[in-house]
Amino acid sequence: MVHWSAEEKQLITSLWGKVNVEECGAEALARLLIVYPWTQRFFANFGNLSSPTAIIGNPKVRAHGKKVLSSFGEAIKNLDNIKTTYSKLSELHCEKLHVDPENFRLLGDILIIVLSAHFTKDFDPACQATWQKLVGVVAHALAYKYH
Amino acid sequence: MLTAEDKKLICQIWGKIEGHQEEFGAEALERMFVTYPQTKTYFPHFDLSHGSDQVRGHGKKVVAALGNAAKSLDNLSQALSELSNLHAYNLRVDPVNFKAGWGLGLLSQCFQVVLAAHLGKDYTPEVHAAFDKFLSAVAAVLSEKYR
Repeated sequence: MVHWSAEEKQLITSLWGKVNVEECGAEALARLLIVYPWTQRFFANFGNLSSPTAIIGNPKVRAHGKKVLSSFGEAIKNLDNIKTTYSKLSELHCEKLHVDPENFRLLGDILIIVLSAHFTKDFDPACQATWQKLVGVVAHALAYKYH
Repeated sequence: MLTAEDKKLICQIWGKIEGHQEEFGAEALERMFVTYPQTKTYFPHFDLSHGSDQVRGHGKKVVAALGNAAKSLDNLSQALSELSNLHAYNLRVDPVNFKAGWGLGLLSQCFQVVLAAHLGKDYTPEVHAAFDKFLSAVAAVLSEKYR
């Protein structure tokens, strides 16, 4: 079980309260597909992904980004129980979606950059450290049920 | 592989970094030390407290070297040759710190977070992608001679 200090929990929940899940989620997923184009392999049925502009404006990318980041919200509500919270999602990503867990780490790092661009000075080193820990824990939990 | 467009974007962004080399460099290092404490093992001889002169000086050095690389995008191997030797034979910093496969190395991630924090919206997905490629290329040259 992951230990979260009171300060870490505070840094997570207070920032999360200000996150526009739809916007941030859409942006994080779009950047994943733009910065690491091979990740597009999982979204062949999303339509036009031919350029950064196309990806950013793609409604399926936006919707899926929102879905992914909303799920993050579940982890934040269950910080002491993330592995259990993501148990089914982990199985899904392994058995049905066949996603290499490295992608969870890539998306996590991208999310950090998106948060930094949004919150600028407020996303200070302590905040970044806590959130990097969180995305690492989420990535680990999503990979946990792989077999 | 850096495209002509990537190179243009990197030059543009570098224009915004010039004049802030020490500030951005110091912040990137501080974020790295806070987020990834294992990186401190390479600086037992440094005062790593917030605002440390040594960290500021070193940050300035690192960013200046990156700036030099940014001006030599067509010949990174040559531009970074001495630094490549230094890292391989002298410093022997584990490459994971500046290159973690396709994902961002620890310092690379922190430097991008600094840029995002200071440039906000101007750190667009296209700039992000170009810069990520640039840092990966630099990391590849720096770890070329490790073995």
